[in-house]
Amino acid sequence: MATKLMKGNEAIAEAAIRAGCEAYFGYPITPQTEVLEYMAARMPELGRGFVQAESELGAINMVYGAAATGARAMTTTSSPGFSLMQEGISYIACSELPCVVVNIMRGGPGLGNIQPAQGDYFQMTKGGGHGDYSPIVLAPSTVQETVDLIILAFDLADKYLQPTLVIADGMLGQIMEPVELPDLKPPVRPERPWALTGAKGRKKNIVNSLYLDPMKLEEVNLRLQKTYAEIRKNEIRYEEHLLDDADVMVVAYGTSARVAKTAISKLRRQGIKVGLFRPITVNPYPYDALRQSAEKVKQILVVEMSAGQMLEDVHLAVQGKRPVHFYGRMGGIVFLPEEIADEIKKLAA
Amino acid sequence: MTEEKQEKIVFQRPKALTNVVNHYCPGCFHGVIHRVIAEAIDELGIQEITVGIAPVGCSVLAYNYFETDMAEAAHGRAPAMATGMKRVHPELVVFTYQGDGDLAAIGTNELIHTATRGENVTTIFVNNAIYGMTGGQMAPTTLPGQVTTSTPHGRDTKMAGFPVRVAELVSTLEGAAYVVRRSAYNPSEIRKLKSAVKTAFQTQMAGLGYSLVEVVSNCPTNWGMTPVESIKWLQENMVAYYPLGDFKIKDAVKELTGKK
Repeated sequence: MATKLMKGNEAIAEAAIRAGCEAYFGYPITPQTEVLEYMAARMPELGRGFVQAESELGAINMVYGAAATGARAMTTTSSPGFSLMQEGISYIACSELPCVVVNIMRGGPGLGNIQPAQGDYFQMTKGGGHGDYSPIVLAPSTVQETVDLIILAFDLADKYLQPTLVIADGMLGQIMEPVELPDLKPPVRPERPWALTGAKGRKKNIVNSLYLDPMKLEEVNLRLQKTYAEIRKNEIRYEEHLLDDADVMVVAYGTSARVAKTAISKLRRQGIKVGLFRPITVNPYPYDALRQSAEKVKQILVVEMSAGQMLEDVHLAVQGKRPVHFYGRMGGIVFLPEEIADEIKKLAA
Repeated sequence: MTEEKQEKIVFQRPKALTNVVNHYCPGCFHGVIHRVIAEAIDELGIQEITVGIAPVGCSVLAYNYFETDMAEAAHGRAPAMATGMKRVHPELVVFTYQGDGDLAAIGTNELIHTATRGENVTTIFVNNAIYGMTGGQMAPTTLPGQVTTSTPHGRDTKMAGFPVRVAELVSTLEGAAYVVRRSAYNPSEIRKLKSAVKTAFQTQMAGLGYSLVEVVSNCPTNWGMTPVESIKWLQENMVAYYPLGDFKIKDAVKELTGKK
């Protein structure tokens, strides 16, 4: 496998193509527009589907349609666009269809700005759209990991017939790093007896999220909850970095974790015993693993580019057993390693 | 020698219509329009490759009434869903079935862009100048002066604006290949409607672009009329504002059907 220097957004696109994405629907929004542009060039070359939709509302519903026919379909967007997609994601989840949605987060709320942020954690991990659904949310922190998790996202979406989301930020979308990609192969579709492919030689299929009979809708919801329980059992992923002897544990994901690692390296050279717990799935959240790690340290510092959203999950995990502190920046500001180091030093003292 | 009486079937349920009692109100055109679409599907022999998309509205349960693969879309988003399907499976015949709220209010953006992109899908647009399912509120196609539950004093154009003529609007788009307005208020109109639906499907199958059949329809329940009164009201009031006819037929479509 050759290593290629790629911009995050382009790596996302090429990773999806290697994963067998059959159709991409998107809308320009900074800082992820390069995904759309890359797909606009590549997908027609490969004879696969591409539409620049009229809006993110259009894009997610095109994904819904393509997914209903059994295709591997994806869209990408940034925060304001993700808000628009919430309705569609709720429909896709209830209809029990696979799809991949990537959010390259930017400053918010409102129109905000185009710099990296982590302000959509709540809306991605806690549903955001209406109803009791719970998408898998994967959180990469390097471009290589983004590639790996995009490919995993398609597999998980297929495995559980649910939308799988990738939570990234403008930094990851824009930086260039060396990546290794799997080989390019023609997309191969698994058996999809439920897909809308034309009722030839079989009974008709219906893809639907409406169940007027409350007993029937409860049945559907119980089935979804069972799926989510399976996901919680099988798919939790996280990284423990230098935690064996740590006094202070930083908890962070994505770009925040990346910057925290630099801070931690610096402080380790000064003899400060600090480590990092990095969730890779932020839904399902690694509550048990985090609680176990928490019990081995003295202080916990949660670092996010937000007002503190993942912070609540850390509280849920730690259950008051250790002090939990928070350091955050908002407005699209990315941490400097020194800032995080200073906060850690305060706790290590 | 006994002679067996031969029975000749002259009328039956189309194969593309399910054997299900539908929920539509007595006298509602939805039942007729469903049947016409099903007959068109049968006559074109496309039951096995057709996928229909139901809207949100009175016809939300249309997925139970057509004997083809069916999907239920979010409100207004059926044309986007149709786009997604058709781009991955161009061999399918994909149609959306939408009411005036679904298509001309919340879904107008999806409609316009699906049409202007020239997507090879068909929309059957049922325009009855009111929101039926939710109990009779104003629709974008409600006529000036028309009383609805959200225009209890009659639609005042100063407050609530003017109705939108969808067929005319869509006909201005280059990607739209076949845009017509029909009705179903008598057997002659029903025959014309079926012909239009067939042409629309044929347009799609020939890859000639977007097709829209607007159907001026009724709502006896929310208009507060009997079915027969509603048909009269439709003929006297709606057709004046929404003239029946052909608004856009690309030459290639004309060649398809051999019509001049």
